[in-house]
Amino acid sequence: MSTPLKFYQVGSFAVGNRLLGDEQLSVQSRSDRTNSLTSGHRACQGCGEALGARYVMDAAMAATDGKVIAVNATGCLEVFSTPYPETSWRLPWMHSLFGNAAPVATGVAFALKAQGRSDIRVVAQGGDGGTVDIGFGPLSGMFERNDDVLYVCYDNEAYMNTGVQRSGATPPAARTNTTHAVGENPGASFTQGKNLPKIAMAHGIPYVATASVSDLHDLEEKVTKAMSMHGARYLHVLVPCPLGWGTRSEETIKLARLATESGLFPVYEAEDGVVTATKKIRKQVPVDEYLQIQKRFSHLFGPKGNPELVKAIQEIANRNIAEFDLLGEAQ
Amino acid sequence: MLQQIEGSKAVAETIAACMPDVVCAYPISPQTHIVEALDELTRLGKIGNCQFVNVESEFSAMSVAIGASATGARTYTATASQGLLFMVEPVYNASGLGLPIVMTVANRAIGSPINIWNDQSDSMSQRDSGWIQLYAQDNQSAADLHILAFRLAEELSLPVMVCMDGFILTHAMEEIDVADIDLVQKYLPKFAPRQVLDPQDPVSIGAMVGPEAFTEVKYLGHFKQLKALEIIPELSEQFEEVFGRPAAGPDDYKGLVTKYHLEDAEVVLVALGSVLGTIKDAVDEHRKNGIKVGAMGITSFRPFPLDEVRKSLKHAQKIVVVERAFAPGVGGIVSSNIRTALSAIDIKINTVVAGLGGRPITLKSISELVDKALYGSLPEFSFMDLDVELVERELERNLLTRRSGPMAENLLKDLGTR
Amino acid sequence: MFQIRIHGRGGQGVVTAAELLSVAAFLDKQHAQAFPSFGSERTGAPVVSFCRISENPIRLREPVLEPDAILIQDPTLLHSIDVFSGAKSDGYMIINTTKSFAELGIDEFVSSRPANRNFIVPASDIALKHVGRPMPNAALLGGFAAATQKVTLASVVAAIEDRFPAKIAAGNVAAATEAYEFVINELKEVTNVATN
Repeated sequence: MSTPLKFYQVGSFAVGNRLLGDEQLSVQSRSDRTNSLTSGHRACQGCGEALGARYVMDAAMAATDGKVIAVNATGCLEVFSTPYPETSWRLPWMHSLFGNAAPVATGVAFALKAQGRSDIRVVAQGGDGGTVDIGFGPLSGMFERNDDVLYVCYDNEAYMNTGVQRSGATPPAARTNTTHAVGENPGASFTQGKNLPKIAMAHGIPYVATASVSDLHDLEEKVTKAMSMHGARYLHVLVPCPLGWGTRSEETIKLARLATESGLFPVYEAEDGVVTATKKIRKQVPVDEYLQIQKRFSHLFGPKGNPELVKAIQEIANRNIAEFDLLGEAQ
Repeated sequence: MLQQIEGSKAVAETIAACMPDVVCAYPISPQTHIVEALDELTRLGKIGNCQFVNVESEFSAMSVAIGASATGARTYTATASQGLLFMVEPVYNASGLGLPIVMTVANRAIGSPINIWNDQSDSMSQRDSGWIQLYAQDNQSAADLHILAFRLAEELSLPVMVCMDGFILTHAMEEIDVADIDLVQKYLPKFAPRQVLDPQDPVSIGAMVGPEAFTEVKYLGHFKQLKALEIIPELSEQFEEVFGRPAAGPDDYKGLVTKYHLEDAEVVLVALGSVLGTIKDAVDEHRKNGIKVGAMGITSFRPFPLDEVRKSLKHAQKIVVVERAFAPGVGGIVSSNIRTALSAIDIKINTVVAGLGGRPITLKSISELVDKALYGSLPEFSFMDLDVELVERELERNLLTRRSGPMAENLLKDLGTR
Repeated sequence: MFQIRIHGRGGQGVVTAAELLSVAAFLDKQHAQAFPSFGSERTGAPVVSFCRISENPIRLREPVLEPDAILIQDPTLLHSIDVFSGAKSDGYMIINTTKSFAELGIDEFVSSRPANRNFIVPASDIALKHVGRPMPNAALLGGFAAATQKVTLASVVAAIEDRFPAKIAAGNVAAATEAYEFVINELKEVTNVATN
C-alpha cells in the first residue's frame, strides 16, 4: 500500500496507473492496447486532440474486440494523422469532407446492417468546426434518425487547422484571427453560444456525455459505456490547443482541468435526454486562473485589461455551476 | 415484363432488381416518385435486406452513399436540380474516392428564378465532376441504363449518373419492359469492391494528397473515363445478348451514341435525352420530302465519345446541336464538345438552346429549325422560341430606370398585361 | 396517332384519367403515352393531362397541342381557360355536366362541328351514385370509349381494376359502364336525328 499523499503529488488529483488494480487500469496503460492512432503523426506538441483521439479510439477498440470503423471530418486530426504515404491509423478509417463525418458514418452503419455485420461498430469524429458549424445539420439528422453511430467532437474552440479562426464553439472574449482583440468589444462576442451537448440531448438520443483530456479515465469509461449502447451517441471532449489558445505545450492537461474546475466546461452524462451524472468540482477556481495563462485572453488582464469581461465570463461559470450543481450543493 | 408504367416506377423497379444494399434519398421534384417507390419496395422486403435511409439533405444523401459504398454496399440515390447542386461537394468527393455509386438525375432547371420544370442545366453543371454521365432518350432506356450503370460503375470503381428528363420521362406513363430480376442477376454480378472499410484488413481512405501525387490521382480518374469508352460498348453488347434490346434504346450504337439516318445526312441534329424522340419524328417528316436529315444522340456524355462523334458527323454539311442547357457568356456546352471532336474538320455547327425550364420543344419548332439550317438563316448561337419582345421591354426598362426592379417579376408582369 | 387532352381541377383525378386511358389502350394492344402538364398545382387549380394512342411506338414528347379529343372534367373551366385551344374541327369533345351546350354557352362551338363529336356526360352525378364521391374521371373514360371507340370498355374496366383496391374499383367500373351506355344512347339519338 502507498500513502494517499502520492495520489496528489502532481497537483492533478490523477491516480497513477501503477497504483491501481487490474480492473481499474486504463485501456491506455495496458500492454494489449491497440494503438489505433499510433506514434509518428504530425500533431503539435501538447496537442489535446491527438491525446483525446488516441484514448477514445483505443477504448472503442477495446470495447468492441477491435471491430471499429472510424470516419473522420476534415480538420487537424485528419491532416496530422494521414499525410500519405504515412497513416497513423491502425483501424479502417475514412475521411470524406469537412461537414459530412456524421452522414458518412451513417452510410457505413447502414451498409453493415445490410450486410448483417452487427459486430462491427462505427465511430465518427471531428473538431468543433466540423461538428457545431459546417457539419451541424447532417449531425442533427444523424441524431434524429438515431443512427447507430458514436460521434465524438474534439472541441478546441476554434478553427485551428486553418490558422485559428472563430467557430460557433469559440468562447466569449477569446481572441482568434477573425475575432481580433481590438476595438470596443475585443475578441469573440458574448452570444448565446452553441452548446452542442445540450442540443444533442434535446434530440433525446440514448447517450450524450462531455469529457476532458484532464480526466482520461473518465473519458475511457464514457467511450466504453457509449460502445455498449446502440443508436446515436454523442461525446464532446474538451481538447486544449497550445497553438490556438497561446498556451505552453506542457500545460494542456492543466488547462483542461482548470476549464472544468472553474465551471466553464461542465463534465456530465445524459441518457435519453436527461442528465444522469455530473462530475463535481473538487475545489472551485476563479475563471481568472484559467484565462490568465492563455494568450487568447491576455487582453482581459494587465493595465489595459478588461475586468468587466472577466466578470461576465465568471458569471457564465457560475451559471454552469448552478445548472449542473457542480459543487454538489443541491439537496 | 412489358407493362404500361410510369417512368419513375419503372426505374424504381429496375433499381430493386439490381438488389442495392443501401438506398438513401432526400425528396426533390421530379425525382420523388422514384424514391417513394423504392421506400415501399424496401419495406415490402422486395429488395432483400436493403436499407432505405431518409436523410435531411442532398449533402447527406451523397455522404451516406459514400460511407455505404466504401463499406462494400451497392448504393443508389436519386436527385435533381437544386438537390444536385446542394450535394456538389460530396459528388466530387465520390468520384475522387472512386466509389461506384449509381445516381439518377431527374433533369430539372436550376434557379433562380425557381422553376421545377425540365432542362438539363443540373447534370450539365456536373459534367466535370468525374462522374460518368449517361443520358436516356426514353423510359425504356432510362430503366435499362441503370442496370448497365451498376455494372459499369463497379467494373471501373467510378460513380455513374443516369440522367433522364424530369417530368417528360419521370412522370410519363408508357410501355416499358421492366427487366426481370433473373436476367439482371445474369448480367450484374455480385458487387466486389476494390476498396472496403474492413476491420480484418484496415485501410485508410481519403488521405490528403499533395503535389507529389495529386496529378497522378486525377489522371487515373481521367484514364478510367477513357477506359469506360472501351467498356461501355462491351457491356452494351452483353446487355443486348441478355435482355434482347440495347440498353440505350432504339438506334443505339455501342451504348455511346445513337444514330438515326446518318449515312447520307446533310443536316444532322444532335441532342441528348428525350427530345431525340421529337427530333426523329421531324427527321421522318423531312425525309418524306426528300430532305437528307439525320439525328445523333449522345448517350455517354461523360466520357465523351470523341471518335464515334467524329465518325458519325464528319460527312455532314451542317450540324445543329439542340441543347437543354448552355454556358452563359460563351454558348453551347454540348456544341463545344462536338467542336472538339470535329477539330480540323470544316463543318458549320449551330447551337440552339431549347426547352429551358420546361418550355415545350415542339415538332413544329424542330422542323422549322431544319428549314432554317438548310436555308442558312440559322445564327451560330440562338434560343428556340425566344420571346424577343419580352426581353426588349425589360432591356428598355433597364435603360430608362435605375431601380428597374426584380427582372423575373417584371417579365411576368409584362406577360400578364399582354 | 390519336391525341387526347384532359382538363380538370387538382384533386379530380385528371392525371389518373390520362394514365388509365393509356393502360386501356395498352391492354388493347396499342401503343400509348400519358403524361401530366407538369405543374405544381394544388387542389382546385386547373390541371391538364395528355394521352396519345397509336398503332406505332410513340416518340413524340411535346404536349398535345391539337387534340383529337378533349375531355372536360369541370365545366366551370370553360370560363377561365381556353379548353378548346387547338381543337380540331372534327375532334371529339366530352364534357362533364348536366346542362345543355346552350346553357353552358358553348352551343356556337358545338354547332360548328359534326353532331356525333360532342357529348354531354353527367359524370359527377354518375360517380356520386356509384363511387360516393363526385370523381368524374372514370365515368368520362367510359364515355370516351363509347364516343371514340379508340379503347374498349373492357380495357377501361381492366385498367380501373388494376389501379384501385377492389371496392373503389367496383364503383368506378360501374360509373364507367353507366357513362358508356349513356353515350351509346346519345349516339343513337344523334343517328336517329340524322336519319330522320
